[in-house]
Formats: sequence, C-alpha cells, structure tokens
Amino acid sequence: MAANKIYETPMLDVLEDGPWPSFISGIKRLRDNHESQFINDMASSLLGQLEHSYETRKGYWKGGTVSVFGYGGGIIPRFSEVAKAFPESKEFHTLRVQPTPGNYYTTDMLNQLADSWEKHGSGLVTFHGQTGNIMFIGTTTDGTQHFFDEINDYGWDLGGAGPCVRTAMSCVGSARCEMSNANEHAIQRWLVNNFTDDVHRPALPYKFKFKVSGCPNDCQNAIERSDFAVIGTWRDDMKVDQEAFKGYLETKGRQYIIDNVVTRCPTQALSLSDNDEIIVDNRNCVRCMHCLNVLPKALHPGDDKGVTILIGGKRTLKIGDLMGTVVVPFKKLETEEDYESMVEMAEEIIDFWAENGLEHERCGEMIERIGLVNFLEGIGIEVDPNMVSSPRQSSYVRMDGWDEEAVKWFERKAEEAAANA
Amino acid sequence: MAAADMRPPIESGCPDGFQYMHPAMRRNFGLWKYHDDPQPGVLRHVAINGEQVWTIKAGTQRILDLYTLRKLTKIGDEFADGYIRFTIRSNIEFIVDDEAKVQPLIKALEDEGFIVGGTRNSVTSLSHTQGWLHCDIPGTDASGVVKSMMDELIGEFKAWNMPNRVHMTTSCCQINCGGQGDIAINVQHTKPPKIDHSLVSNICERPSVVSRCPVAAIRPALVDGKPSLEVDEKKCICCGACFPPCPPMQINDAEHSKLAIWVGGNHSNARGKPTFQKLVASGIPNNPPRWPEATAIVKRILKCYKEDARDWERVGEWVERIGWPRFFEVTGLPFTKYHIDNWRGARNSLNASTHIRF
Repeated sequence: MAANKIYETPMLDVLEDGPWPSFISGIKRLRDNHESQFINDMASSLLGQLEHSYETRKGYWKGGTVSVFGYGGGIIPRFSEVAKAFPESKEFHTLRVQPTPGNYYTTDMLNQLADSWEKHGSGLVTFHGQTGNIMFIGTTTDGTQHFFDEINDYGWDLGGAGPCVRTAMSCVGSARCEMSNANEHAIQRWLVNNFTDDVHRPALPYKFKFKVSGCPNDCQNAIERSDFAVIGTWRDDMKVDQEAFKGYLETKGRQYIIDNVVTRCPTQALSLSDNDEIIVDNRNCVRCMHCLNVLPKALHPGDDKGVTILIGGKRTLKIGDLMGTVVVPFKKLETEEDYESMVEMAEEIIDFWAENGLEHERCGEMIERIGLVNFLEGIGIEVDPNMVSSPRQSSYVRMDGWDEEAVKWFERKAEEAAANA
Repeated sequence: MAAADMRPPIESGCPDGFQYMHPAMRRNFGLWKYHDDPQPGVLRHVAINGEQVWTIKAGTQRILDLYTLRKLTKIGDEFADGYIRFTIRSNIEFIVDDEAKVQPLIKALEDEGFIVGGTRNSVTSLSHTQGWLHCDIPGTDASGVVKSMMDELIGEFKAWNMPNRVHMTTSCCQINCGGQGDIAINVQHTKPPKIDHSLVSNICERPSVVSRCPVAAIRPALVDGKPSLEVDEKKCICCGACFPPCPPMQINDAEHSKLAIWVGGNHSNARGKPTFQKLVASGIPNNPPRWPEATAIVKRILKCYKEDARDWERVGEWVERIGWPRFFEVTGLPFTKYHIDNWRGARNSLNASTHIRF
C-alpha cells in the first residue's frame, strides 16, 4: 500500500543521513511499506505536520480529554491544530502502558503487542517515556479504546497521566546486578499496585511518582525524579575479598588504587595497608558505592540489607528542582509485614499531601512550604539526624518545647536499645 | 456503543517481570557476585554459583516503527534466546548465557544498523522526550536533536574514551522532562508569552493560570471588553509555566525560544551527593533540522572534559575540581550576569570565601 498523499519533507529528509538510526526513515517505512492504508496515511500526515514544525519552529498539538471506559487517565490526547493541512493525523493520541519493573520482555510478547498496535494504531512506539511507560504513539479516540481492550485482556494496564499516582520505575536490579540490596520488582509492584485506583482516576494535587534503585548508584534516578524514592542499601560491614583486591593491585598498580579508590572515598574511610590489603572504616562509610564500582570483584555490599526512603524529589516547575529528602534512613524489607508497613507509609504520605497540598503542588514543594517537621508530624514519623545535612543555622525559631522534645529523644533511644538488646 | 456494552477494565496495574526475564536471571535473582566489561557495549555478570550472563547493549532511534521493533525481536529470537530488556535511556539490551552467542549477536545488530555501545565510560544515548512529534508545548524537537547529536558523537558511544560515563539529556521546554544530565540541552525562552486575548476566557481557567506563575507576574484583566489575563513583562521570567494550562499564552517563538546548555547534573551518590546541573551556555539558536550550533558547544565541552578530567570524575566533579573560572577559560564560553543565580537559595551558590585559583 501507499499513502494517498505524500508531503514534501526536505528538512526531515536531512535526518535520514548519518550513522545513528533514523526515526524519520522508520516513519517513512510505515508510510510507504505497511499493508494498512490507515497506517500509511497517518504516517504520511504526521511527517507533513512534523516538517511544518521544523519549518516554522512551532509545535501544533493540543491536549484534550480522551480516556478509556472506566478510567480517567492514561491517555495523552493530541489533536492537531493544523488538521486541515494534515488531516490523517488529526487525532494522534498516545497510550501510556505500564511495563514490568526493570523493563523485561520476551520477543513473543513484544510481537504480540506489535500485532495489536498495527491493528489499532500508527505503528510508532517508544520503550519507554521518561515517566517509564511504554508509549504507543498515535491513534484515534476509537483506536485507544480498541487497543486498550485488546492488550488489557492479555495482561497490560494503562499507566498514569495527569494529577495522579504515576507509573513506577526500577533499575535492572537484583535480576542482573551484584550491587543490588533489594528486590526492586517486589517493591515497585507492592507500592504502585496498591494505588491502581489513584493511577487510573486522577484526583490528587499533582503527579506522584515512585522509583526504585537497588543501590545508591541510583541508576533509576529516583532521588531526583520521584516523590517517593526507595534506594537499596546495607548497614553491616561491606564484604571485602582481599585476594581479589590483591589481583586489582597487581593489574592496575598501586598508584591507580591510591588515586582512584583510597583518596576518592568521600569520608576517608579507606586505607591501603603495608601488606597490600584494603582496610575499610565501616562506621564512617556512607555507602556511596564508588569503591565497589571501581573494584566490583573485591568489594560487595554487606548482608544486612534494606532500603533508604527519600521523599519529595521533582523537576523545575514551580519552585525549582528538588532532590528527595531522607525520611526513612533504613528499613528492612524481608517479611510481608515489612512491605505492608512501607505501603502504609506511602498511603499516609499521599493522604496527607492530598489533604494539604495546593493545586499543582508536588509533595516536595509542599514540604518546602510547610517545613519538614510539619510534614513528619503529619505522617507520624519521628525526626532523625540522618534527615539533615546539618542542624539549623538560624536562631529565629520558637523553642519552648525543647525539654519535652529532648525527653522524647532519650525515650526513643532507650526503646531502640531495649529492642536491640 | 452504549455504556452497558462497554468492557470494564481489568485493573491489573504493573505486571510481574519474572515471566519475561531470561531464565539465567530468574535463577540467579539476587545472587550475582561481580561483573566486568569484555568490550564496549558488552557486560559480563558472574553469579555466586559461577553461572554467567553477557549483556549486549545497543542504541536505537527510540521512536520505533514496528518494522524496527520486529527487527529487534527477530534478532532476539535468532541470537538471544527470545529475551529483551530496555534501559531507562531507551537502549536495548539482549542478555545471553553463552559466550558463543555474543559476537554473532553484535554482528546481527550492527548489520541491521543498530549501534552497539553505551556502557561504562562512554557517552550514552541522550534521554529525551517527545518534542514536535507529539508534545503539546514543545519549543523544539527531541528525536531530531538526539539523532543529530548522536550522529556526531557515535564514536564516543561505541568507545570507552571518557573519564567516566557521560549522561546527556535534552528537553523541549523548561519543565525539563529530559531530566538532569552531565550535559543537558534545554529550551530557554527569552520573551514573555504572546497572548491571544480573544481566546483566553473560553479556554483557560484563569485563577489556576494566575497561581501557576512562579513569580506572580500574571493577573486577571479585561481586554477589549473580554475577561483575559495580562503579564507584567518586567517581572516575567519567560519560563512558560502558564502555557500548558492556557494555550493562548503562546511562549514558543521561532526566533526567541533559544537553547541553553547545562552541565554537572548527576543522579548517583558515588563519591559526592547527587547534584543538579548548572547553566553554562545560552542564546543558542533553535536551528532545525540539525542544530549544529548546540552540537558544536557540546563537543567542545566534551573535548575539554576528556582531556582534563581524571578517571572516574563526572563532568560536574571535574568542574568542581578545576573551578568554574577555569571551566569558562578552557571551553572559551562567555561568563555573563545570567550565570549568577537569583532564585531562592541562590546565595548558597555564591563564593563566600577566599578560595580563588590564580
């Protein structure tokens, strides 16, 4: 088949040159080679509109309201503002579909999704969008429903769009990484699947994202890019294989180890002994991961694994970028009760934010506005010095509750000591 | 179709990943011991029990047509046991448990035009969003910028020549969906929105637009007898936050929406705490289809970083060590009044010491 109308695309054609794979060549294949007239025409029209954008340096898509039956979100509606000139892509909606934690597929499943998508959509897809969804890019309003019905029957559900709990993301994790301290798959599914109603029916102040990384390398970018970041860590001593370390010392040399391992430790917790062993001051190790990254055969996380939870990361809008803040320095995740208590904490946080957040205010912005202490009191979590880089520098604060607070601290410490005894 | 005939959704949420995972990964879940890097684009992971898997990573065009997707699944069927995963930067990874499968898989990928690389201390593929292809508020394209830059940086993607990994990102508006990067190329608007007053009252919920402005520069107004909004252009920071909730407040401009380049964003906790990116260059023309001016600056920064940074230093750590004055000196980029922050917390970014390199 071929498109009924082919548009001239001199600027886009330039993007077919060069060694990196070209998305323009791909769209042209859909325009020229696919057996579906619908796909040929939609691809052609899309190329026409995109060329128009390149020539005028403007975008021509507008949002709107499109959803599937029973849901309020999960579709990114797009209507063309230049549909008269490019009519075959006048509706060009995207479906956001939740992938598995760590983004695993069999080729059979990808082929099955491809079969469904060419029946009901444009034939363009992205693995994955920045929120973590599979993006099935471009179909009509009817097409969104038919495609969703079909893939929903074989195990796929829509992700979040709008002011709601969003699709979650995890790093590759325990499936293929020796640095991992957590079961990212379980964490992601426990968390986000507890909130399916909040994913599908946007009713929160703004978006809320869960992201999970198995270690502080944070390959999932969770601290900065999620409202609720779960980062695997450990609290006993890191494991040292001195024989493997000596192997590195022999192959890489003493200077390399000094310059790239010992002196790069942010808390000066490493030293190289006279008998060529690496000595770790575990009390002062902050689990930054650098030495493990450089010497993966010799150094490994300890056995007492758990997670650190940071709350309130986000991008620029509206008050500027925010990293998440430590709210739970360490939490074991072994039993079902451990996972349940993490989910309960997420519920507390989302409920408190839904009550107290302003419209279009992310959780981290609310914390900035009301202060961390008010937030912690709202969700029932006690203060901890791991939550701050340093204590306050300003004396402008009313402190007449000091004595009671100091008593609380000592009582809490006594309880912890009793529990650990 | 009547509502009664509609099929209610199955709210299955996030699916179980184990069903799609290579059996060697299922067997050794949580039981990996170490990894090494046999060659660019290839990782080898060794489990405690001695079992091994090889990961072959390749860059794609990210906006995939189904022909390309099927090429990848066909390669996966023939050479990689039928399993595929994607990284968060939209690279594809094939994981195999037999070393003999590695080279044929690389050849199959390269024969089909995919670029094997992106591991360890390479320049990885740019993370990006939708741009003119699909977004409703973009100042530029995303996929085209990535294609143009990766055409030029492909050698660095396929090699291990950088002091440490370089994560690059691009974003088509100042919301910055592309995120933090060692080097980020982002739209920077330079003029206030142009308002179509005839449409505002019909399309925009005015109080929420007023509240969306980070600097309280928008107020309700009556224009030509119709309720509309006006912008105090002296206060306006041209961020474009009003445009998504109110499309008649057009922020994108063919001439005045520029590109800016930021460096030093880093998500990892390794060595230092995670960091945000900092402005280094702006006023760069938004120049499709190849954006040569932006690419030239990126290449210049990469060249200086590659020559001068120490092993394991990310771009931001390198600059912290040599100091910002030296960064502007070695890159030849101008330092302007716009580099000095005036947003909340800005005084923390000022030098309150005599630490100065001469």
